[in-house]
Amino acid sequence: MKQIINIMVAFLLVVPSMAQPTANDLLKKIDQNLSSKNRVFESEMTIHGKRASRTVVSKTYSVGDKQAFTEYLSPAREQGTKMLKLENQLWIYSPSTDRTIQISGHMLRQSVMGSDLSYEDMMDDRKLTEIYDGQVLRTETLDDRTCYVVELIANVSDVAYHKRLMWVDAERFVPLKEELYAKSGQLLKQTVMSEVLKIQGRWFPTKMVYKDMLKQGDGTEFKVLNASFDQDIPDYLFTKAALKQ
Amino acid sequence: MRIAFKLAYRNLIGAGLRTWLNVLVLSFSFVIIIWAKGVLVGWDHQAKTDMAQWEIAQGQYWHKLYDPYDFFTIADSHAPVPEAFQAAIDQQAMVPILVAQGTIYPEGRMMPILIKGIKSDQTLLKIPAYKLDTISDAIPVVIGANMSKACHLKKGDRTILRWRDSQGTFDAAEIEVVEVFSTLVPSVDAAQVWIDLKTLQEKLNMPDEATLFSFGALEHQPAEQGDFLLKTTKDLTSEIDDMIATKSKGQAVFYGILLLLAMLAIFDTQILSIFRRQKEIGTYVALGYTRREVVGLFTVEGAMHAVLAAGLAAAYGIPFFIWQSKVGFTIPMDTSEFGMAISPTMYPVYSVGLILSTTLIVLITTTVVSYWPSRRIAKMNPTEALRGKIQ
Repeated sequence: MKQIINIMVAFLLVVPSMAQPTANDLLKKIDQNLSSKNRVFESEMTIHGKRASRTVVSKTYSVGDKQAFTEYLSPAREQGTKMLKLENQLWIYSPSTDRTIQISGHMLRQSVMGSDLSYEDMMDDRKLTEIYDGQVLRTETLDDRTCYVVELIANVSDVAYHKRLMWVDAERFVPLKEELYAKSGQLLKQTVMSEVLKIQGRWFPTKMVYKDMLKQGDGTEFKVLNASFDQDIPDYLFTKAALKQ
Repeated sequence: MRIAFKLAYRNLIGAGLRTWLNVLVLSFSFVIIIWAKGVLVGWDHQAKTDMAQWEIAQGQYWHKLYDPYDFFTIADSHAPVPEAFQAAIDQQAMVPILVAQGTIYPEGRMMPILIKGIKSDQTLLKIPAYKLDTISDAIPVVIGANMSKACHLKKGDRTILRWRDSQGTFDAAEIEVVEVFSTLVPSVDAAQVWIDLKTLQEKLNMPDEATLFSFGALEHQPAEQGDFLLKTTKDLTSEIDDMIATKSKGQAVFYGILLLLAMLAIFDTQILSIFRRQKEIGTYVALGYTRREVVGLFTVEGAMHAVLAAGLAAAYGIPFFIWQSKVGFTIPMDTSEFGMAISPTMYPVYSVGLILSTTLIVLITTTVVSYWPSRRIAKMNPTEALRGKIQ
């Protein structure tokens, strides 16, 4: 009898750990899906305001998490504006003034083109596994997809969000929803990812809706129009000189 | 000279309505100049008094990086309270204030604001900090009436306040407005909430730190104390001084036009007198007056307009000034968003210096204007003047 109980206890302990991956495993799998040597994508950002919405189209070239070059293609007012990110530095070139300015310090906390995203949100390129301790809380169904709900708690003090909850597609290993929390536990921001497509052998969410949960409004919609990975991107693109070209 | 004054007075009174019209116009200038200057002095006085009572007391110490006009400096403008300040803080002679950036979301609208931490037991400033002791499950805050109007938050209302701690991590909590105070100083009212200093220090993870200090009577006021630099009342109210100086210059043009009109009348009167009283001038010279004395006589006569005007201005101006200093002058516009301590009703303040300087300016101007046409007398031929021949 004792042996049966031992086997049952062992079964109960082992089976869940076999069935449910750890948070680190999930984050690594997400990385495999979303990270690449480099990527080029054209995207459309729709900022829903109180009275009207406006859409900004841009093309981004990025290498890993450290280098990124974005050129805004439309509307006419933003056309020609370029943004260069190198490590933890960010420059913006404005064609109307023909000036390049560096966004640094507290300016990074400003909103990007009036959206729900801040420059800082784009700058934090530390891997989640380095700054958060994660655990899988449960499984849930989200939009007919089975998801692991992963809780990430910051293990360093200099992070913007103390806690994150991430809904990870159990089959395709892409995040479908993410919630960002304040230290007090107050929900601050939510990102919902959808329209997951297989591009060059990897699953990639092509639509993201960022929403400041304390604010009224429909948030900012980010849609990837086309994406390609592991391309030949010339090195000169990631120089300040490229901003004025 | 006594005769000159007697003659001048007799001539002026004799001129009748012509004199009294000149005197009336000049007296208007007197009253308007003194009143308008009094309003500016009253505004200066009110603004500085309000600033001292609500914000700066007798001076402040600012963190060396703090610049209220550059929000990017605020996150870094904090340091531990210097030990040298502790005694003054304990004696309520100094109030530490910690400033941080935050965001509130009244009715789902995002409003960037400043969060100011102040000791709830402070008595140096008029901010009702004692209300921050109110027991509530949310963080008690006090806000100004203009802030209340701008964000539609009344006493008892709640909203979410979001901020970032010293490490940049977001935090948020519910706040409850426990008091709405009415002040004329926008720098303690507009786009800001006041919370208990200890609570803010805890939330920001900045124990015993402050951004600035307001102080009362301090015996020793070093120019620098640790990371904090002294800002005297003169430094802190320089904006008001600049504003008053600009307004004074603007008003000077107005005074100039008023005086010009009055002086034009006096100038014309003098010209007319000299033209019409040539025989009289000739007689004076024939009786032994020197030309300079005759010029002096006419100059005194012109300048006496100012003396009579001063008398007339006093007759109806003094009751008007007293009434104005009681009821004040209400600016016919909303001054709450001017960004400066401007009361909607200004109470003029008249100093002896103001009255004397105005009287002196008008008297000197009138004398110069009276002397100007009288110089022609010096060139007159007395015999031809006696014959009344136009020269």
